[in-house]
Amino acid sequence: MLSQCSDPAALEGVPWLMCYLTSGKHMLFYASFGTVLLLLAITAPVALLFGFGGAMASRSRILPLRWLGRLYTSMVRGVPDIIFFLFVPIALDQGLEWLRHQYLCDGDAPVRQGNDFVVCAAAKLPLSTSPQWIHEAYGFALAVVAFAVVFGAFAANVLYGAMQAVPRAQLETAEAYGMNARQVSRRVLIPQMWTYAIPGLSNLWMILIKATPLLFLLGVEDIVYWARELGGAKTSAFTYPHPDWRIYYFLAILVFYLLMTWISETVIARLTRRLSAGQATMGGEAMRKEAA
Amino acid sequence: MTCAETITNYALRSIGIGERLLPRTDFDLCQQITLIGSGLIWNLYFASLALFFGFFFATGIAMAKASGNAFLRRPADAFIFLFRGSPLFIQFFLAYEALVLLPRAGIDVFGMTVATSWLTKAWAGALIVLILNTTAYSAQIFHGALMSVPKGDLEAADAYGLAGWTKFRRVVWPTMLRLAWPSYTNEAIFLFHATTLVFFSGFPAFQQRGDSLYYATYFADKTFNPFVAYPIVAGYFVLFTLILIGLFGMVNRRLNQHLPGAVKRLKYRPQLVR
Repeated sequence: MLSQCSDPAALEGVPWLMCYLTSGKHMLFYASFGTVLLLLAITAPVALLFGFGGAMASRSRILPLRWLGRLYTSMVRGVPDIIFFLFVPIALDQGLEWLRHQYLCDGDAPVRQGNDFVVCAAAKLPLSTSPQWIHEAYGFALAVVAFAVVFGAFAANVLYGAMQAVPRAQLETAEAYGMNARQVSRRVLIPQMWTYAIPGLSNLWMILIKATPLLFLLGVEDIVYWARELGGAKTSAFTYPHPDWRIYYFLAILVFYLLMTWISETVIARLTRRLSAGQATMGGEAMRKEAA
Repeated sequence: MTCAETITNYALRSIGIGERLLPRTDFDLCQQITLIGSGLIWNLYFASLALFFGFFFATGIAMAKASGNAFLRRPADAFIFLFRGSPLFIQFFLAYEALVLLPRAGIDVFGMTVATSWLTKAWAGALIVLILNTTAYSAQIFHGALMSVPKGDLEAADAYGLAGWTKFRRVVWPTMLRLAWPSYTNEAIFLFHATTLVFFSGFPAFQQRGDSLYYATYFADKTFNPFVAYPIVAGYFVLFTLILIGLFGMVNRRLNQHLPGAVKRLKYRPQLVR
């Protein structure tokens, strides 16, 4: 906080606005943009990993594993993602508490009593004695898992399609060189599939960016939470009284997302160009002719 | 209360017909299935109207985006970027806040008072946002298809002496739709799923008349048990998504009927759209 902001009631115009925008709560609002970026930075690789597992499982020679992979990849098709976002965190939370209940609590009182879910104090997650930041981190971790499950299923779809799209002749050549199945997939299949996966994955990235405001529904203090909190009308009881300004806060968030989209589009265009170099595709052929 | 009574009491609860009070204790499976199914009326209402209006608007925007005139192209590009580049969730919030700012008493236009309060209600305000959103996404799909209309088709149309509206109506538009249809099916499914966001974002559910997810969350919150209500709403959505794919598949067969060879089955690839 700036020193001249000690008495905001005496300020007017631009200085007032400067003080208003640097207040402690606004710092939390700016930090929450970091929360969103952190979620993106963690979720994207985890979801890609989930997707990779799903795609490999769908291609597996073992039948039950293949069924599992197919079920996972097809579950996002018919059901809105928001249902998963609401379902996964609470189901996971109750599942973990139930497991801890089995081990940590004495006595075998049922977990579900009427409309309540009761576990003993030792089985609570996180423990009621733990500090506030653990509660927040736990909520955030549940949100990350929910995002990773949903977007992993989307990614599995994309990667499965990309693996199928690698020309059969490439794999046969590798086999003719005497590579075994594992070597073929590690040396030929996986390096080559990325160029086919990029359009799908970049679309997925765009969907992921646009799904981040749903964090608000999971109880994480994200940008939507702070926009509603700070934007709401403040009476003169507050340090910085103002009418309902939520529309300006949401406009700021809108601009943030438009900027994110614009940056992503630029980066993806470059990445596509780099990955199609030397590939036996239309894009690769165009680049070869350009260079020649 | 027997299940038949529950159905007569609650089947149309979401549009305000039947029992006003929601069940508060002793929730049974029948109540959950009935009320969540009742909420589905809203999802179907939003999806069908948004798709209907969005389809025509999107054709217009796609034509504007493809036009050589910068005064048409630039606004179309900006519109598409705005609605495809930002989350629907934020669009709902922003639209609600903006619509609330309109004067309560209405706006005077040439001595006539235009009422505005209905715009802040979900049935109108959220529908407008959904229409604009699907218009932007569909316009992008239609524009891509428009650019892929084979040159030979256009030359053939010229050779037959078709021009202007007749050429568009009989050659360009059907081909554009045929090429766009698989992606457009995906967009329709995404939009149908997006209708669940309406009552979570700004727009309040008047007298607890919400959509299917609204009631599912109500039950999940009251019973503290997510393993019943959410699978029910998921089941409803799987069912109606399959119906939607079936309907769009019928249109797809009609659009492709003149082509030699078997009509390709409509493939749904969710990752390649939005």
